[in-house]
Amino acid sequence: MSAAEARRRPILRMIAGRLGIGVFTLFVISVLIFLAVSLLPGDIAQQVLGQSATPETVAAFRRELGLDQPLAWRYLDWVGGVLSGDFGRSLANGRPVADLLAARLGNTMFLAAYAAVIAVPLAVGLGLLAALWRGSWFDRIANVATLSAISFPEFFIAYILMFWLSVRMGWFPSIADPGASPRLAEMLGRAFLPAITLVLVVTAHMMRMTRAAVVNVLGAPYVTMARLKGVSRWRVVTRHALPNALAPIVNVVALNVAWLITGVVIVEVVFVYPGLGQLMVDSVTNRDIPVVQACALIFAAVYILLNLLADVLAIATNPRLLHPR
Amino acid sequence: MSFNLTRQGLTRRGLLAGAAGMAAAGLILPRGARAQEARRGGRLRIGHLGGATSDTLDPATYAAGPVVTAMLAVCNNLVEIDAKGQAVPELAEFEPDAEARVWTFRLRDGATFSDGRKVTARDVIASFDHHRGADTKSGAKGSLEQVKEIRADGDNVVVFELTSGNADFAYLTSDYHFVIMPAKEDGTLDWQSGLGTGGYVLENFEPGVRITLKRRDDYWKPDRAWFDEAVLLTINDATARQNALMTGEVDVINSPDLATLHLLQRRPGLQLVEVTGTAHYTMPMFCDQAPFTDPNLRLALKYAIDRQEVLDKVLRGHGQIANDSPIAPANRFFAADLPQRAYDPDKAKHYLKQAGMEGLKVEISASDAASVGALDMVQLFQQSAKAAGIDLTVKREPDDGYWSNVWLKKPFCVSYWNGRPTEDDMFSLVYARGAEWNESHWDNERFNELLLKARAELDDSLRAEMYREMQGLVSEDGGTIIPIFVNYIDVANDKVAHGEVASNRFLDGWKIVERWWQA
Repeated sequence: MSAAEARRRPILRMIAGRLGIGVFTLFVISVLIFLAVSLLPGDIAQQVLGQSATPETVAAFRRELGLDQPLAWRYLDWVGGVLSGDFGRSLANGRPVADLLAARLGNTMFLAAYAAVIAVPLAVGLGLLAALWRGSWFDRIANVATLSAISFPEFFIAYILMFWLSVRMGWFPSIADPGASPRLAEMLGRAFLPAITLVLVVTAHMMRMTRAAVVNVLGAPYVTMARLKGVSRWRVVTRHALPNALAPIVNVVALNVAWLITGVVIVEVVFVYPGLGQLMVDSVTNRDIPVVQACALIFAAVYILLNLLADVLAIATNPRLLHPR
Repeated sequence: MSFNLTRQGLTRRGLLAGAAGMAAAGLILPRGARAQEARRGGRLRIGHLGGATSDTLDPATYAAGPVVTAMLAVCNNLVEIDAKGQAVPELAEFEPDAEARVWTFRLRDGATFSDGRKVTARDVIASFDHHRGADTKSGAKGSLEQVKEIRADGDNVVVFELTSGNADFAYLTSDYHFVIMPAKEDGTLDWQSGLGTGGYVLENFEPGVRITLKRRDDYWKPDRAWFDEAVLLTINDATARQNALMTGEVDVINSPDLATLHLLQRRPGLQLVEVTGTAHYTMPMFCDQAPFTDPNLRLALKYAIDRQEVLDKVLRGHGQIANDSPIAPANRFFAADLPQRAYDPDKAKHYLKQAGMEGLKVEISASDAASVGALDMVQLFQQSAKAAGIDLTVKREPDDGYWSNVWLKKPFCVSYWNGRPTEDDMFSLVYARGAEWNESHWDNERFNELLLKARAELDDSLRAEMYREMQGLVSEDGGTIIPIFVNYIDVANDKVAHGEVASNRFLDGWKIVERWWQA
């Protein structure tokens, strides 16, 4: 009992420390994003009014939104709101930021989870098999195929999939917008093409890392020892090599899942999928600071939490990492 | 009611008489699609360019995009533009006084908001005042500066008093900003509720994603609003929009990619709906800044662009060449007899010499944010100008913030206008002395004088004469190169049908939801 507690405590302490740093990171990011958006030429009044902006209408617009206040004041106002749980309202259409985000965050998470559920087992499985049959035809084909997939820009993959599976064969819809109140089965069908596009983009990275990490461990003396004891090759890989190779794999998986949540704006545009990426790009274009800030905070939090999770898992499989020299 | 009958008759006749003209205008339709009778029911799905997550229902700030198409189905204007480009009564019959300075609008009986309230003069006043006064952020503020006073005369009559006569004022009220929405208790406009007097109610609005509309049964127009339901999806990616149409996810799209349009046309079951409206590309030069102060130099540049080449290569023929005047063949007083200016490097050299500026170096600012293919256009211009001895350098500006940082700020740049239904509106907006958007800083004594005279003139033949002279002045002396008019192109499948299509905007004058029906 006491031994178990001692083992757990440092992990808890580490998690608490990392969360603290994470909160500080979020604060720094919010300042940076606020400044960066303010540095962009033009403001929301000019962007929304576009060609029809005149000095008076722009001034009226700014007055209404409080943009005539000094920068620092506006930032403090925003921070005060966030600390009391109010993310403010979109400058562009006056809707509460929380409402704008809610539905889209759900969509983004759904698509990321959908892609991850397919991609992670696929990549790790392919990586293990490639390591097991290193140098074989299977290894080469898996490498070439996944590397080709990652080398194409994602909109190209998206268009190819759309052309064959949707326009030609008619198996899947070409736009993924799930509608106002979708059912799960319908969402799975509609989001299939974007999910597969993302799978093709992220698989190579994870597969290569799995293969490299496992191959590395397979060279260790204890693996040779296991083989000499007569353990089967598959069992050597899954029971002896994989657990010791998990740390780098988990890290790469975490990075890729974070990308699936934060970096898929092109896939969203091509498949007309209402996710967070499109919202953030639109908001940056319009200098809609409250929305940009909220998106940035979510994306930053995703990275921080997934990295933390990856580290915890890595330590769980390799407790030595808890005690850096 | 009698009015509606006339209108229907007009449309039918227009249908038959216009058949030949339509072929000439490039309106290609499958056989039989046109002969159909309108019928109730069905669902219209539109793949729409131009939506964004920042969209709002506020008519002060909305601009072209699915919101406007939807709100023109949810609301009515006082006046609408029909397929012939004429202003016809919508919510109100109108009548000017002898000087066209005081306009009386009489609201029709039977038009109600979807919550059952009758539309009154108060609502009309609130809908217009929303775009007037010091605190408005409306893009339409400039058009209403001529309005001195709006007053109610009982519940059903609204009187607009203008600062000076304007024979086209009825057209102005058809602008998409001036949809009639209900007034709040305090007299301000209640745009937040999204209520209107139109044939549809707003069921779901998710900015930048989709808008869902449902038909209301008590709509006052008997011959409109055929679909039970309409869905407007924002699809900003051109390829995605075309794929959505090909896979049957949507019935109509606007603005297809011109480069692949001929491939799309080959597919069976698709109809191209193409009209030449008033939209045009412009290249304004500041007439009060060297070297553009010299009219000879401006002429030299106008002769140095190959309009036909721009039309063929940038628009792939989907437009018409223009004559440095913003008045299009679709306008009522278009002066078709003015000689068309063509590419002529020798004339350009001649005028350059007159200006004493041989070997001129000049810079033009451009970005595709101004219009599709604007950069290609200036590169073609660069080549054709070289042959005329003009060294044109292209300054590529960032797309982001183009309208706020380049347009109206740089002395020579590219710009774009949707055009306006009336000569007066177009000229007053962009070519009159001191106009906010006078992008070329042009100030021509005779032109400004004629502008005021023609505006107050009610005799059409006299107006035609004056507008002819003005088009000549803009073309000869003006500071704006206007090389091409661009077509409005929509593509639809064979599940939808329509009558004659209005040429003032995309998607049947943005009125597709109420005008089209299921095939």
